[in-house]
Order: sequence, then C-alpha cells, then structure tokens
Amino acid sequence: MGRSLIEKLWERHRVADLGDGTDLLYIDRVLLHERTGSMALKGLKEQGRAVRHPDRAFVCMDHIVDTFPGRGDETTMPGGTAFIRETREAATEAGIRIFDIGDNRQGIVHVVSPEQGIALPGATLVCPDSHTCTQGGLGALAWGIGSTEAAHALATQTLVVKRPRTMRVWFDGALPAGVGAKDMILHLIASHGAGGGSGYAIEFAGPAVEALSVEARMTLCNMAVEFAAWTGLVAPDAKTIDWVKGRPFAPAGDLWEQAVADWQSLTSDADAVFDKEIRVDCADIAPTVTWGTSPQHAVPVTGQVPDPAGIADPVAAQAQRRALDYMGLAPGDSLIGLPIDGAFIGSCTNSRLSDLRAAAAILKGRKVAKGVRAICVPGSMQVKAAAEAEGLHLLFQEAGFEWRESGCSMCFFAGGEHFGKGERVVTSTNRNFENRQGPGTRSHLASPVTVAASAIAGHIADPRRLGEA
Amino acid sequence: MEKFTRLTGVAAPLFRANIDTDAIIPSREMKRVSKEGLGEGMFADWRYSDVAARVENPDFVLNRQPYRKAPILMGGPNFGCGSSREHAVWALQDYGVRCVIAPSFGAIFQGNCVRNGILPLVLPEPSIVALVEQADPQILTIDLAAQTVRTPDGTELPFTIPPADKEMLLEGLDAIGVTLKRLPTIQSFEGAYRARHPWLFF
Ligand code: SF4
Repeated sequence: MGRSLIEKLWERHRVADLGDGTDLLYIDRVLLHERTGSMALKGLKEQGRAVRHPDRAFVCMDHIVDTFPGRGDETTMPGGTAFIRETREAATEAGIRIFDIGDNRQGIVHVVSPEQGIALPGATLVCPDSHTCTQGGLGALAWGIGSTEAAHALATQTLVVKRPRTMRVWFDGALPAGVGAKDMILHLIASHGAGGGSGYAIEFAGPAVEALSVEARMTLCNMAVEFAAWTGLVAPDAKTIDWVKGRPFAPAGDLWEQAVADWQSLTSDADAVFDKEIRVDCADIAPTVTWGTSPQHAVPVTGQVPDPAGIADPVAAQAQRRALDYMGLAPGDSLIGLPIDGAFIGSCTNSRLSDLRAAAAILKGRKVAKGVRAICVPGSMQVKAAAEAEGLHLLFQEAGFEWRESGCSMCFFAGGEHFGKGERVVTSTNRNFENRQGPGTRSHLASPVTVAASAIAGHIADPRRLGEA
Repeated sequence: MEKFTRLTGVAAPLFRANIDTDAIIPSREMKRVSKEGLGEGMFADWRYSDVAARVENPDFVLNRQPYRKAPILMGGPNFGCGSSREHAVWALQDYGVRCVIAPSFGAIFQGNCVRNGILPLVLPEPSIVALVEQADPQILTIDLAAQTVRTPDGTELPFTIPPADKEMLLEGLDAIGVTLKRLPTIQSFEGAYRARHPWLFF
C-alpha cells in the first residue's frame, strides 16, 4: 500500500515510537513571537534549561508591536513594551536570532519564516501560534503548539506527538474568476463545519490547488486550523522549489541540489490511502463572506444570512442565534449591501505581495467610500518594500487606505487599537470570533479582493461586479 | 506539575459550541509575561458586564452560587478551539478549574491542559447534556485511574484518554525531563538524520 506525504514526513522525523500511537518527532525549526514565545523562554530559564540548537530557532516581533510609522518599543497595547523587551532579552541570552522592530526583515512570523527560507519543504516546524500551519503551503509539516511545548521543542529539538489521522481535500476543476484560496477554505469550512478537520492532518490537492501560487497555498493552509485540523499542507512542486530558491536561510550550492532532489520526491503515492477524503468542485465556489462569529458561518457573497430555525442540532442553532445577535443581523438579510465601517487587509492569511497586488488592482483609480476606515498592513517589511517598489502603496493611499508598518495589527485586539464597538468590518483575516478585532466589533471574513471592493462600495460587495450598485 | 488523581466538585454548565481561547482569555487580559493573576481575566467578556470596572454579569453561570470557583466545567463541542495561547489554560488553572468535560477539544488546547495538570475529559454530547439536565447543581466525582465520572446517585460513565496523557496527569510529570532521559536516542537519530538531510542544518 502506498503512503501519503504526511506519513512520509512523519516517518522521516520519528525519533522513537512511544506506543499508543504517539511518537517522539524531530523538530527542524522553532519559531517564536513576543506574545507566547516570551513565556516559553522564561519557562526554560526558570528551570535552568538551555536551548539545544539556538541556530535553528527564530524570534519575530509581530503580535503587539505598533504598526504606525516611526514605531519603537512603546505600544498602544498596555504593558506591551514589557513583552517586547523581555522577549528580546531572553532570546539574546539564549543566542536566538531576532527579527526585531527596525529590522527590514521584521513581520508576521508566518509570513517571515517562508520568506526568509526558514520554513522549507519537508521540514518540521513549530511555533507557539495556531496559524503555524500556514507553512504547510510550502510542503512543510508545520503546526501550532502551546508555550510549554515550545519550551520542550527548544530544550530537546523534539516533541511528543500523537499521530493524526490523514485527510485529503481534493479541489477539483478550476476556480471561477474573482475566486481565490481564501474563498476555497471558507467554502470548505462552511460546508463541513469548523470542527470538520478535527484530529486530521490534511493534504490539500487536486488541479485547483496545483494551479494556485505558492502564496495562495499558504492562505489555504493558514486556515486549516479554523477547520480544527492538526495541520494542512500542499505537496511541493516546481513552483515551490522556484519560490524557495535564493532565500536567505535556504540552502545554496551543493546543498541546494541535494535538497531539490529530495523535495521532488515529496508527494503522496498514487495508491496512498487516507482516513478521509473530501472532494470539492471548484465550479461551486463563489467569493465567500462570513456573516457570523465562526468561520463556518460563511455563505457566497450573493447569499443571505441563514435562519437558525432550519437547524436540527440545538447546539449549532443556539450558536447561530448568539452570532446573529452579536453581529446585529436577522435571518434572510442579504450580505451584499450591508453597510460597513471598516476594511482591513492584513494578517498571516492575506498580506503577502500577491494579496496586495490583487487588492490594489481593484483600488486603482477608485476611492474608499465615505465613512469607511480602511487599513492595509503588509505582512512583513519585505512585502512592504516589494509593494512600494511597484508603487502599490500609492494605489492604496490614493484610494484612502492607511498604509502601515508590518505586524499582526488589528487582526486581533490586544487592548490597544481597535475598530470600535458595533462597528462592521470586512477583513482579510482568519477569525471572526466575538471581540476578536475589538470589544463588540463585528468581523466579516473575506478575500482581499472582496475587502477592497467592499471598501470602495461602502458596503459588502461582490468583487466580480465592481462599479455596480 | 500538580498531579491529577481524583476530584469531586461542582460541575458548571457552559454548554456552547466552539468556545474559543479568545473567549476563555481575551487578548487584552494577557497583560504580563506571567501566568499569575490570569484567572481574573478568564471569560472576561462574558463574566463582566463592564470589563474595565470588573462589574459582574449576574447572568453568567460562574457568577452564580454554587458555581463560583467550580473546579469542573462542562462545555460544548470543539472546546478551546482557536488561538494556541496557553494563557487560556493558565487562566482556568489560576481560577481553580481542574477538569473540563466536552464532546471534543481544540487540539492545542487539549495538549496544553495535559501539560498543566488539567484533565480534558471527553464524553459524548448526549451524556453531557444529560448530566446538565439531571441535577442543578451537578456534583461529579472524577477518577482518572479508573477512567470514570460518577454522579451522586452512583451512575458511572466511563471515558477514554490517551495513555501518555493519563500518565502525565496521574504522575504530574515534567515532560521535558522525561524526554531528556532519551537524549542519547535523540542524538543518535540526529546524526543519521543530518547525514540524510544536511541542508536543514546551518
Ligand atoms: S496575523 Fe493574526 S492570526 Fe496571524 S499570527 Fe498574527 S494575530 Fe495570529
């Protein structure tokens, strides 16, 4: 019987079988950020333990740093400075590299790690952050852990992990115009529930996935965790190898040749058996927007808010009623036309260069509607520089978007900046939970092009129907 | 780590689907690089009608007797989904929660519980609904060694748990210490692994 890529990567990293479906796995890369990494480093220090391979650990300052021009260690988040300074101090002491404020490589950890060639195809990579699965887009086995586990990975270069079940999600056919990776993953979660991937490592495959750019594959994998999956990945191909080539921490010379030879073998066997298979016909996917407070509360942008009365499961029905109440919506409301107060393009889901290009193409020659606060936060300072080199920042700024320094920013509310209570925001981020973007803020998840189109319209809008009412 | 063996206490019903870690401990409640004091911020947006002034919301279950300081929570499916923040578990721990019963858990949260001496206990959804409906308040006795949940009328519900998690909780093990005992195995693996994948080393 053939093996899946997930099984192959698992086996090559297995240090010991601990019985009962649990293995000790070798970890190639550990990434940290100031929010949770500080706790991991502090924990280790308190126990008097050393970091075993500091050269394979990296720290990004991203979560609570300000994204205003001219920023320093001071933050709008109360107490944020202490996180930044304590993390810097602990990482320096441990000999771990930092992509710090002021460094032109700083940015959101999941954007920086592939961009710098730290995440590589076939490598295991962990970070105390749930969206670590983003790096699965390169064919890495990457997953989020807690701070205690991060300390374990730093001290031992291994983790004790229960073998996940395997799932393949096959995206068949081709994506319609105006539909992208964000719509694919929202559509999947809406169809199978936010718990649909629970216990699984998922391989995203099929012609539509092959056709995606490497960056779009990262968007797809980013939200595997919103599907409750342990992680998600896409088998590396020629596009991936091309994308990784020449990145600062990627192998070079002879090592590059050896790496490529290995990466070319990283696919699931034709007769590999998965514990579960899901097929999605891409012709069915439309630009998708969430209406509620779970990523599963998503419908085509042309759709309506569903009626909880139609739901058999009482728990799900109750959750929907709460969501309607929080979002200030009623069953049957159309999404198109819902007036918005804010538009946000950023986060580890959709803040890479290709996302900014796609949004800028819509903004070009247009203006953000009156009363809408629109913000773009590039995922890294490298993305920002690349965007500026093409003049994208001008398109954003001329349209009326704020153009920020990179970081997590208003993807989540840390006590600093937010959109405000009851404000309705269309956002390219990944979580629409209650209060995620600020106390009482109502978040509608969507693709960057849908966010851009909505910002122009002043209400939720279909990116395929630009300029229409 | 504190051992978990047996626990008898009030089980507070918080039966909502997909209770995420942002709800358990909102971001702005993670104020210091420390685990201490996080219990006050636990469920802050639900627990307080005015979060800043810490004015309690009387409707929230943990603000009502006898549920105040309940050591057991009974939650809905996918409990602890979302952000990986271990602060969610530290907040529960600081508040005094020792066991969360739910039909399923967010994977990272579940692992974090085990590493901090909190038992993530999986029961089928109908069993939890029955426990909630059967008695108010519901008092449960959880025996980890025997893997049972007992109600005051003597009904016993069995549950399963991965053996490694069970051992970690029963013994209050330090996971890093346990793994470091295998350091020679790790080192010999590393040598062979490096020879096969030299590009992953700097
Ligand atoms: S951008 Fe948002 S989701 Fe991504 S790592 Fe930062 S806070 Fe988390």
